[in-house]
Amino acid sequence: MEPQIIKFYQTGSFAVGNRLLDDSQRSVQADMRRSNSLNSGHRACQGCGEALGARYAIDAAMQATKNQLIAVNATGCLEVFSTPYPETSWQLPWIHSLFGNAAAVATGVAAAMRVKGREEVRVIAQGGDGGTTDIGFGCLSGMFERNDDVLYICYDNEGYMNTGVQRSSATPPAARTSTTATLGADPGNVFGQGKFVPAIAMAHEIPYVATASVAYLRDLEAKVHRAMSLRGARYLHIFVPCPLGWGAASEDTIRLARLVVETGLFPLFEAEHGEVTGRYHIRNRVPVEEYLKLQKRYAHLFGKRPAVDTIGRIQAMADRNIRRYGLLGEEA
Amino acid sequence: MLKQTEGSHAVAEAVALCRPEVICAYPISPQTHIVEALGEMVKGGDLARCEFINVESEFAAMSVAIGASAAGARTYTATASQGLLFMAEAVYNAAGLGLPIVMTDANRAIGAPINIWNDHSDALSMRDSGWIQLFAETNQEALDLHIIAFRLAEELSLPVMVCMDGFILTHAYERVDMPAQAQVDRYLPAYEPRQVLDPRDPVSIGAMVGPEAFSEVRYLAHAKQLQALDRIPVLAAEFAAIFGRESGGLVHPYRTEDAETIVVAMGSVMGTIKDVVDEMRAGGAAIGALGICSYRPAPLAAIRAAVEGAKRVVVVEKSLAVGLGGILATDVRMAMSGLHLHGYTVIAGLGGRPILKSSLHRLFERAGRDDLEHVTFLDLNWDVVNRVLDRERAVRRSGSIAENVLRDVGVTSTPGV
Repeated sequence: MEPQIIKFYQTGSFAVGNRLLDDSQRSVQADMRRSNSLNSGHRACQGCGEALGARYAIDAAMQATKNQLIAVNATGCLEVFSTPYPETSWQLPWIHSLFGNAAAVATGVAAAMRVKGREEVRVIAQGGDGGTTDIGFGCLSGMFERNDDVLYICYDNEGYMNTGVQRSSATPPAARTSTTATLGADPGNVFGQGKFVPAIAMAHEIPYVATASVAYLRDLEAKVHRAMSLRGARYLHIFVPCPLGWGAASEDTIRLARLVVETGLFPLFEAEHGEVTGRYHIRNRVPVEEYLKLQKRYAHLFGKRPAVDTIGRIQAMADRNIRRYGLLGEEA
Repeated sequence: MLKQTEGSHAVAEAVALCRPEVICAYPISPQTHIVEALGEMVKGGDLARCEFINVESEFAAMSVAIGASAAGARTYTATASQGLLFMAEAVYNAAGLGLPIVMTDANRAIGAPINIWNDHSDALSMRDSGWIQLFAETNQEALDLHIIAFRLAEELSLPVMVCMDGFILTHAYERVDMPAQAQVDRYLPAYEPRQVLDPRDPVSIGAMVGPEAFSEVRYLAHAKQLQALDRIPVLAAEFAAIFGRESGGLVHPYRTEDAETIVVAMGSVMGTIKDVVDEMRAGGAAIGALGICSYRPAPLAAIRAAVEGAKRVVVVEKSLAVGLGGILATDVRMAMSGLHLHGYTVIAGLGGRPILKSSLHRLFERAGRDDLEHVTFLDLNWDVVNRVLDRERAVRRSGSIAENVLRDVGVTSTPGV
């Protein structure tokens, strides 16, 4: 039999199969010694992007800190589905205080570790987009400004999913939520000014800001590792599809998390001290319709009379991101 | 060591002697001098092994305190008035999580209208939060109560709020006896929490609790406060043994023996009340006073024991339950349940209105004749009140009450209506 030639065109990317790599290059999740910090048995929905993102992020942070990690959680889906009394899925020291104060509680934990001379113990705070970009925004900005030694992770599913899919300041234009009905002249969420918190984090000139998506899990792990190699305030904003809130199929979570990047709607980049230091270059650019039409929250844009203008405005947002962050690389 | 110092500085020094490890600060009058002094001590190196964190709001101050305390650090902050309300959600949370944070409340009114002066509305708004609330009569007691507070908080795993009258105490220069470090160390052992955030022994703190156990958790919060009723007198006695003076405890009876009239109050106004009691006693009146030090837990039995031989109780309080009357008075009435004596509520000193000896004389004399309304507002300017009420009867129009009052008393140039 002729030897079969297999093309691994992904070689050099984070997507290459683990078995082809040296141990040291394998993903955290491929490591039998991974901490399983967010253990199985929790009550997240099928296809939950947040549960996936949290598992990868926290396990990576655990590996980076040799398990010397404390987590602070804002109120939200992640908190509720992981700790229904008297059970917990967390295999690391974990505290939930309130919806809007995760960053400040983390500051307190970090201060306690510093004063006790236990600087090897690191602190992460985590919350959804509501707990980060809305109600927790004051505490988040305060933590950034003081440059407290905390990695804050925002799991962005673009709305208040835990309370029944209401709009947050991270909800994109035209999206249907339970407080932005598809009624009237401009159905769905308004085209506001936007509130892209990674850019606001960069304006604080903190040591590290990055965005990630659960379709690019090795990239996510690498960014967590990079974040944990630095001291001071760090921010990681992870795009996590929500099948329930978006009206998407559970099996489309990864597809959506990839399409949002490949359309340009969600730029993947890293920044240090306020300057972009790395960006993910879109490999196969796709029009926004391919991303939008998989989600019932955008169903009103399609159908018999597609809302061409609205789709055009969303495409313009993607194009602006591509321009602003140089997402097409050299060929751009 | 005796020294002449400002109340805020005395408290700051006492807090420093308690070896706090994390202090969160957000400015609000009249609490600012306390954290300013502590910030100076940390920055100057006089208070070693302590993190001083300037936060962006009172909500963050209490939240940082929650994180630090949950991670095992002895934690302190101070606030007042609007600040206490702004952190209200975290105040409840700290108690619910059982974190032994100590906080000073430099008591101040709550707006609107905005008012920076003293009354007890702020602390009393948090009476059901689960915090222990202790009220200081003097600067000496204010500084002593902080030392007791850390001990009590850490023994019971409950936060303690030390309440001291804003400006009247915080900004008053008085002689205080500042304890020595060795005395405080003898009284207050190192903080050793039962449960702490530590990678060596991971725990989940702050999980969701549903109907199956929530009532039990709340009952346990209540049971802890009842335990505090037993511990507070014990800790006050231990304090007296080490420091050589009486401070703290549940209540402070003053000349209540054979008293027909007993005046109940909290905080610095007790000084004025005691003077009036002395003068009236000299005139032959059977009058005494009862200072409440522990507002929460409510020392119902101690109050009852102090007043049960009297004919009447006059509660003078710097707070108002709008639409009801007194807040402290309601607690005192509960303590008096089944006793046959007259109970009077006097709302006094709101927003810094001075409580004058002459006014108290007249008030207590009327009380002695049982010639008082059930709820009396001390020294109320009825001209101002009636003008507003008359106008509102004549013209049906809503608007800011304070603005109308200011116009009536002629301190605003806004064209009249």
